[in-house]
Order: sequence, then C-alpha cells, then structure tokens
Amino acid sequence: MSLFLQTIICGILLGAMYALIAIGMTLIMGVMKIINLAHGALVMVGMYITYFCFKEWGIDPYLGMFISMPILFFIGCIIQKYLINRLVEVDSILPENQVLLTVGIMLVLTETMRLIFKSDYRSVATSYSSSTFFLGDISISIPMTIGFLIAMIFTWLLHLFLTRTDLGRSIRATAQDRDAAIYMGVNAPRITVITFGIGSALAAAGGSLLLPLFYLWPDIGHLFTAKAFIITILGGMGSTMGALFGGLTLGIAESLGATYISMGYKDVVGLIIFLLVLLFLPGGFKSLTRR
Amino acid sequence: MNWKGMIVPAIVAVIAVVLPFVVQAPYVQHIMIMVFIWATLGTAWNLLGGYAGQVSFGHAAFFGLGAYSAGLLIFHLKISPWWGLVLGPFISMLVAIPIGIICFRLRGPYFALATLALGEIFRLVFTNWVSLTNGAQGILILSSFPTKLPYYFIAFFIWGMSLLIVDRMVKSKLGYYFVSIREDQDAAESLGIPTTRYKMFALLPSAFIAGLVGAFYMNYIAFIDPHVVFSLSDISVMVILVVMMGGVATLWGPSVGAAIYVALGELFRAWLGAANVLAFGIIVCLVILFLPNGIIGELGTLKRLLSRQKAKAVMAGGN
Repeated sequence: MSLFLQTIICGILLGAMYALIAIGMTLIMGVMKIINLAHGALVMVGMYITYFCFKEWGIDPYLGMFISMPILFFIGCIIQKYLINRLVEVDSILPENQVLLTVGIMLVLTETMRLIFKSDYRSVATSYSSSTFFLGDISISIPMTIGFLIAMIFTWLLHLFLTRTDLGRSIRATAQDRDAAIYMGVNAPRITVITFGIGSALAAAGGSLLLPLFYLWPDIGHLFTAKAFIITILGGMGSTMGALFGGLTLGIAESLGATYISMGYKDVVGLIIFLLVLLFLPGGFKSLTRR
Repeated sequence: MNWKGMIVPAIVAVIAVVLPFVVQAPYVQHIMIMVFIWATLGTAWNLLGGYAGQVSFGHAAFFGLGAYSAGLLIFHLKISPWWGLVLGPFISMLVAIPIGIICFRLRGPYFALATLALGEIFRLVFTNWVSLTNGAQGILILSSFPTKLPYYFIAFFIWGMSLLIVDRMVKSKLGYYFVSIREDQDAAESLGIPTTRYKMFALLPSAFIAGLVGAFYMNYIAFIDPHVVFSLSDISVMVILVVMMGGVATLWGPSVGAAIYVALGELFRAWLGAANVLAFGIIVCLVILFLPNGIIGELGTLKRLLSRQKAKAVMAGGN
C-alpha cells in the first residue's frame, strides 16, 4: 500500500512540472492552431541556460529560472514574429508546412546547443538534490516538492493573468475566434507574438524545475515535446486547467507504469492513453466540463 | 503516356544506368543508393501525405517493420534477409490496416499526432521486446555482395517501380478522389466518396513501398536498431522534409528532394563537421519560408523570377 501511495505522490509531483511545460504548449496551440514541434527544444534551451548559470556563477536552478524565462520569452517572440507569423500569409498545398517549420527551428536550437555544450550528459548537483523527507513511511524527494509548489504557483498566476488582465483576455479572445477578435480591435499578430513568448517562458520555467531531476543533453527536447503533446491533447487545446489536469494524469500514469509494468514501457503507457483520448475524447478533459 | 511525357523519365533512366559504370568510386555509388532509398520512401509518403493530404508522422513504423521483417528472418530462422523484400511490404501493409482504421477517424493535426504516437509506440515496443528483437543492441548481418553495384541496381529498380505505381495511381480516377479528399473532405463525402476507403487505398500502397525500402535498407546497411529505423526525427520527420523540399503532390518532387537532402547532408558533413545538422536546419527553415510548395512545386515561380531577371538584363543591355 505504501508503495502505491508513494507511486501516486511521485506521479503528482512530477506531473505538475510536466503540466507547466504543457501549459506553454497549449497556449501556443490554442492561439495559433499549430503543432509546435520545437516546444521541447525550447525547454531544453531553458535548461541549458539555467545549467550555465549554475555552473558558471553558482546560481541555484530555482533562481536561475528567472534568468532563463526572460531570455526564452525573447527567443519565442523572435521565432513567432520573424518566422511563423510570416508563414501564415504564404499559400501552400498542405497547412502542415508550419509544423515543418517548427521542425527546422527545433533542429537549429538543438544543434546550436550541441555545438556549444557537446552531446555530453550533464546534471546539476545541488546540496538538496538527493535529499528526501518522510511522511509516515513514504519518502518524498525535496527537489520534486519544491518544483511542484513553484509549478502550482506559476499555473495559478497564469490563470489570474488570463482571466483578470486585458492582455490575458485578448489572448483568450484570439484563441477562441481570431477573426472576431480582430474585428473587436485586438491586434492579433501582436497577441500571437506575446503568446509565443509566454509559452516559451513557461517552457523554460518547467525545464528549470526539472533540471535537478533529469540528465541534460541536447536531444532531451524530443522527450518533452512528446510529453507536452500528450498532456495538451489530454487537457484539450488551449485550456490551462485542462493541461494541469492532463499533466497530473500523465505523471500518475507514468509512475504507475514504471512501478507495476516496467521502466522501459512507461512511455508506452502515456502514448496509449494519448491515442485513446484522441479517439474517444477528442476535445480532451475540457470537453467533459462543458457538457 | 505520349512520347513527350517519356522524355524526362527516359533520360533519367539512361543516366542512372550508365552512371555506376562511369563513376566507379564506392562512395559515389553509396550516395546514389541513399538517394534512391530516400526517394522511394518520399514517393511512398507523398502518395498518402501529398496527394491524399493525410500528413503522417509515423512512416518510420512501416519502414522499420520492413527492416525488421528482413532482420528477424535471419536472426531467428537463419533465412536469407532478402526474403524480407517479399515479406516486409506485406507485414507493413497488414499493420497499416488497423493503423488506418484508428487514425482515419481523425483529421488534420490530430491525424498527424495519432500517427506520431503510433510510430513512437512501435519504436518503444521494438526496443523493449528484447526476446524478439534483440532490443537496443539491434541486429547485425553479413553483407550479401562484395561490391555496391548489385545494391545500386536493386535500389534503382525499387525506386523506378514505386514511381511507376504512384504515377499510375494518381493519374487514374483514384488520384482525383485523393485530391478531392485533400482539398475538402466534407465536400468529397457529400458527393458520395467513401473517404475512409479511399484514404486506405492511399495508405496501403504507401505502407507497402515503405516496408519494401525498409527491407532493402536492412540488406544494404547490414545493421539495424530500433532507434535508427523507427526514429521519429531521423525517418518520420525527415521523409516529410524531403518531400516538402522537393515538392508536395508532384511525381518527381520527392526524388528531387531526396537528392538535395542526401547531397546537402554529405556536403555539410564534409565542410562543416559538427555544425552540419545546424546548417541543414537553417536550409529547412529557408525552404519552407520561401518555397512553401517545394522546388518542383514552385518551378513556375522560379521560372518567372528568372525570366523577369532575364528581361531586365535584356533591357539593360539595350536590345
């Protein structure tokens, strides 16, 4: 029983951090209706920035995220403004062109990092990296708990931002109906730029929180892209709360899979849930609450 | 086909047959074989993705199944992996049936994501099912031929056949059904076209050819592991890039794209060393931004640009 509880708690803690990454993706997907295959690469870049700050200046990863977030916000804005926004006006046979552009961006980001940092596996070793505390006979990792709390705070702040501020409302309006939003005086191209920036910054935040728990190498981006997708589809595109719910579901499913099936098949569990949701609940969890 | 339409294929065929006898460097022949492999895979993808508009991010599954069909024959049964050329395509096609039934319920980006997930599931299963597949260690075999020449002609033949199949299909009534599904699925359905069935007609040959190339790849490279043949980034995504660069929904587009892809890859590796993939990524971005329908697809635009410049030059020259 304590193994089961331990597995569930571990899944929830991890899931909240996955959710933070996925919220970035769901915002971008909701507003721009494109699949962003570069999202994991953005997470990876954020992780490297935090790693660099830690190695060079000894900045703790949880503080380093406040350096990586603005940088990634800036990178995201540039990508959207000068690359993706341009493609919206171009005429082509397949709309999936945009997806491939993000593949190109992913390649550029991954390989740039590989040139700078090589393909070596890296990790940050903080004083608290492997420390745990006990709740009854269940041991809980401290970096995971801190990561969970920060992720929840960010999600809450973002929720407030989207529901209470004018900018947040404009983002939601553009996500719901771009044309109608333009008629209402929303500067949609500018909103997409800001949204991509915010999404990238959240990706960086999630990456920084996961840095003390994961090995870091340039190709780790693929892993996060896949997870962010699964969560985005689970939650329903464009839904922040859905993404949080989806993240927790994926976290729990993965840790149950790892404990009770096998380490190697834990990613298969996530993918199968993803397929089932796509087939039987195409709107994600979001569609359940609207009935 | 009238005689005018035969000129280009005939020239290409003659060049391809003569080339290995003129240039005997094994390196050049290897490059050509890789071009044929990518061209065939691209042609297969193009049938489903380009003509029928169903963008699959999971073609590595069919390629990998073909490769493993050949590999497992020798690994478990000690039967020549060349039988994989017979078995692989049919296994890929059989697996494509349930994949189609599952994924064709979805549209656009959802379809792309579902195929992506299925492709990844195959990679993970083949990595973890060690007793069947030898896991991440992969399968190593002995090459059948000492020189590259036999491989060259087999690859050339497979490529030619795939072009012929796709050409016949898209120039028949089927091709019009495919395009109508790509352009507007609802309209196609309202005209009484059973869209799922026709998407299946595009998927099955596509999977068949991809499985065939996979089996050939196993025989040629003589080594496979799940991370290579089921790779999302190195196979599934790259084949789409190859087609997009050359020209979506054109017969020759995938082959032109494959030639450029392989040539660029080799050149960049020689010139730029570690930065080669970076340079490739930048090229990909530029092509999609400025030639969104690929090189063959934008031939009209390119010609117009060139002729305008020629006109300018003529005017400047005072003629």
